[in-house]
Amino acid sequence: MSQLLQHLINGLASGTIYALVALGYTMVYGVLKLINFAHGDVMMVGVYMGYASAFALGREAQRSLWGVVVIFAVAMGGCALLGFLIERFAYRPLREKPRLTALITAIGISFALSYGFQLDVSFDGPFDFSIAGRRGGSFDFHFDRLVLLPGASPRAFPEIIAPTEWFILGDRDVVLWNWQVISLLIAVSLMVALQFLVYRTRFGKAMRAVSWDHRTAALMGIPTDRIISLTFMLSSALAAGAGLLYAIKDTSVTPLMGLYVGLKAFVAAVIGGIGNVPGAVVGALLLGLVEEFVVGYAASTWRDAVAFGFLILVLLVKPGGLFGRVAAEKV
Amino acid sequence: MRRLAPMLLAALAVLAVACEKKTQPTGEGNSQPAAQLPATAQGGPVPAGNDVIVLGEVGALTGGQATFGISSRNGIALALKEANAAGGVKGKKLVVRVYDDQSKPEEAAQAVTRLITQDKVVLILGEVASSSSLAMAEKAQAAGVPMITPSSTNPTVTEKGDYIFRVCFIDPFQGFVMAKFARENLKLNKVAVLQDNKSAYSIGLTEVFRQKFAELGGKITVTESYSQGDTDYRAQLTAIKKTQPEGIYVPGYYSEVGVIARQARELGLKVPLMGGDGWDSEKLFELGGSAIDGSYFSNHYSPDNPDPRVQKFIADYKADNNGAVPDALAALAYDAARVAIDALKRAPDTSGPALRDAIAQTKDFPGVAGVITLDAKRNAVKSAVVLKVADGKTSYVTTIAP
Amino acid sequence: MATPGATTLSDDTGPIPPALRGLLPVLLALPVLALAEWTLGASPFATYLLSVVGVNIILAVSLNIVNGMTGQFSIGHAGFMAVGAYIAGVTSLSLKEIGIPGVPVAVSDQLLFVEALLAGGVCAALCGFLVGLPSLRLRGDYLAIVTLGFGEIIRVFVQNTEAFGRALGLSGIPQYSSVAMVYFWVFLVVLVARRIAGSSHGRSLWAIREDEVAAEAMGVDTTGYKVRAFVISSFFAGIAGGLFAHFVPIINPGSFTFVKSMEIVVMVVLGGLGSTTGAIVAAIFLTLLPEGLRSLFGAMGAEGSLAQKVDQIRMPVYGVLLVVLMLARPQGLFGTRELWDVLPRWLPRKKKGLT
Repeated sequence: MSQLLQHLINGLASGTIYALVALGYTMVYGVLKLINFAHGDVMMVGVYMGYASAFALGREAQRSLWGVVVIFAVAMGGCALLGFLIERFAYRPLREKPRLTALITAIGISFALSYGFQLDVSFDGPFDFSIAGRRGGSFDFHFDRLVLLPGASPRAFPEIIAPTEWFILGDRDVVLWNWQVISLLIAVSLMVALQFLVYRTRFGKAMRAVSWDHRTAALMGIPTDRIISLTFMLSSALAAGAGLLYAIKDTSVTPLMGLYVGLKAFVAAVIGGIGNVPGAVVGALLLGLVEEFVVGYAASTWRDAVAFGFLILVLLVKPGGLFGRVAAEKV
Repeated sequence: MRRLAPMLLAALAVLAVACEKKTQPTGEGNSQPAAQLPATAQGGPVPAGNDVIVLGEVGALTGGQATFGISSRNGIALALKEANAAGGVKGKKLVVRVYDDQSKPEEAAQAVTRLITQDKVVLILGEVASSSSLAMAEKAQAAGVPMITPSSTNPTVTEKGDYIFRVCFIDPFQGFVMAKFARENLKLNKVAVLQDNKSAYSIGLTEVFRQKFAELGGKITVTESYSQGDTDYRAQLTAIKKTQPEGIYVPGYYSEVGVIARQARELGLKVPLMGGDGWDSEKLFELGGSAIDGSYFSNHYSPDNPDPRVQKFIADYKADNNGAVPDALAALAYDAARVAIDALKRAPDTSGPALRDAIAQTKDFPGVAGVITLDAKRNAVKSAVVLKVADGKTSYVTTIAP
Repeated sequence: MATPGATTLSDDTGPIPPALRGLLPVLLALPVLALAEWTLGASPFATYLLSVVGVNIILAVSLNIVNGMTGQFSIGHAGFMAVGAYIAGVTSLSLKEIGIPGVPVAVSDQLLFVEALLAGGVCAALCGFLVGLPSLRLRGDYLAIVTLGFGEIIRVFVQNTEAFGRALGLSGIPQYSSVAMVYFWVFLVVLVARRIAGSSHGRSLWAIREDEVAAEAMGVDTTGYKVRAFVISSFFAGIAGGLFAHFVPIINPGSFTFVKSMEIVVMVVLGGLGSTTGAIVAAIFLTLLPEGLRSLFGAMGAEGSLAQKVDQIRMPVYGVLLVVLMLARPQGLFGTRELWDVLPRWLPRKKKGLT
């Protein structure tokens, strides 16, 4: 019984991460009908940005509340910029072209990022700079080496949220950690916020219009390019946030992490019905639980096969995913 | 029908063509090296002047195993640098051609073929992954170019032929070492296994460990698997916890083991973890933190070995690589390169057979990762040390002889 | 909307009698293959590289039948390749000691090799049929993800099966393959693809690609055509895998991941969806590109420490080049056209491009 509970907690925790990454896939797909294969790698870049800023802040500051806020802000802001650049230079020029074309550039970017980050490029020599604080005083930074690209070996993400057990049953038969709850709360609130954004705001209305038919939307005076840019920035920032939570959860940071998580999150988004916000979250949580229970109660060697088998099963029963609608064919 | 006829015709004709070629060099796929390809014999486009000896290296510089490939590359680079500083070999400088195989065996085969035929290397160093080494071994053996693998532990690699050598343990030995240690020194009765299903190394160690541990009277409670690249092992660990083992054997690489240790402690699994030489890296402590304390692993050498040779290697490696501490793969690669250089010095010339014989005679060679003697099966005979992890350091526990 | 199937066999019209026309490509190809085999016998590197190129051409051209001509989006081609590779590999391994009585060893080896290839191809085709069936219900990206899932399931299956060598891979498969054999299959797949494109079957595929609903309304049995396209395509992917298994010393689940599938998709899209020659050119280009970069860097970096690090840069550069290429030619190299439709414009004088 306690084992079941622990598996439930584990499964929900990993499902939460999938959910946050899947939200990004689903948003971009909803607007552009593009499977953004570089999404997982954007997440990876975000984690490295977070890692670098945590490193720059130092051991003390990175654990304080403002330190965590700074880390998240840097990673999410940096990724929003990256997302903007990718969209502007790799996808926008291809918007009127066949959809597969943009998919290939997405793959190209994914390769460039994940393999690029395996390179080891750094500069020696002390670098000092300081940022003047507003109320007197200044933040001084000192680096012995400036690392441009981190190299292939895994790194341990610092514990920026000090892990504490919130709930223990028996002899640690069931353990619930603070970050597990925090992640789940963040994921659910983001989902609610996104749902609100999409269905209750002007921006959301514009997004939906672009998603429906971007040419007509443009005729209606909606700045489609800007809407698409913003959607990309939002989804990339989300990816960075998800990546940080992921790094807090599982510690290890590698250039290929985006590939694995990205694939699973994509599967989750499809299970839920790609393009559908609550669907992505439900699909991700389901996938997390399925994986967990396959490993826990069946054969761990078959985990990935079962995950994909589950996906195929869902699609065979509901071809549009759990929450997706199969669009009526226009004739 | 109209289409079928030409196709059949073409099929037959191609068969004829293909067969004609096949009959000439007898037994191409077998272990007989083709005689016409001593690496330096033909003029060809020898890439650098005559004052250089070119070695080849294939490694995973990108892809899932990049971190191991890069360590190996750095180790080899250091060995060559030292040899060149000492005047090179036979008055010639040594250079190494490094090709990336993206962690894929077919790319390794391609790269090694290029090294042999285009770059005309005299000797090949490489791979970490046994599958890539097997692919390379086939090509190297066929061309009659000696190959030394630093860290491929699968027994089948050196069975490819008499040109293939290794400077590390083989899987059966290491699995045996840890089973014996767990049973006799730690007195464990019930042990769970967590293996990396994507790595032949891990599967090999697991098999031997399970068998030996059972033979010695212990019980394996459960065997769970993960895949290289995973970061969440809580499901497996929760399942392992249920069986209440006294220890967990995790024959994986440091890139995963550190995180596994962390998550095991997180779930309240306080039993010691045990592993093999794949653990040996500074990264283990970074990733595992205090969670890895109290664990044991088998290794080739102990980094706190006061032997000046080992200490000098660690210091030099750090100086060359931005302070990174060498892992086992770097140490083994360094040894492999030094064995190769030693053989180059002893061999009368740099032809394949001469080098092969020189390497085969390697005896009591003082490597940093243990004293190397190559046996008749071209494997290194070394004793293993068992190390204990505590406070971000390893400490020597015992030596187990083969 | 591009005009589909602008290419027809009418390009080939000339003084050749129609009865001979079917044979002509075969007659042309044979001496070329024989010559290639004869000249390359001594260079293992060229042989290996050409074999890899050939296998990639087979993969790209066969995927093009599904992705390019039919407009279905399959990203699990490496899975079919894996099926072919492992089945052919296991067949060859078990037949290693057996010879067909009455014929020389080499001939019987080659016959058994072909048998193994066919076994692999047929198994892959069977899997293609199984995966093709869901395309009854799924459209577009959903089909894509099913094919991807299939590929991954195959990989996990191989990884857990002792007979397939698990993570270490299957080694010791007799290395029967030769450049001539690989290019014979290249030739065959190109022939099939071209004949499909020119046939009424091909017209139906084009129709499905352009508008499935309209095609159905016009009486095209969309399901049947889609499944058939899948089966043909996966058969050749299986053959490619079988060939691969017979010149690469070891086959390993890591060689058939979804990254490999992606590489094949890239070849097809880069060549131009629906263009067979485009797929060929792109396959050749993309396979030789990393090797070319290696030569380039080798020439630049000489023997310094740079040369040792430089091989790492190939893959990121490959990624960036992909982006640049797609931006430069979004419709792919040739669009839906073939080489000989494009060549006259580029080279105003010279006509006729033979593949």
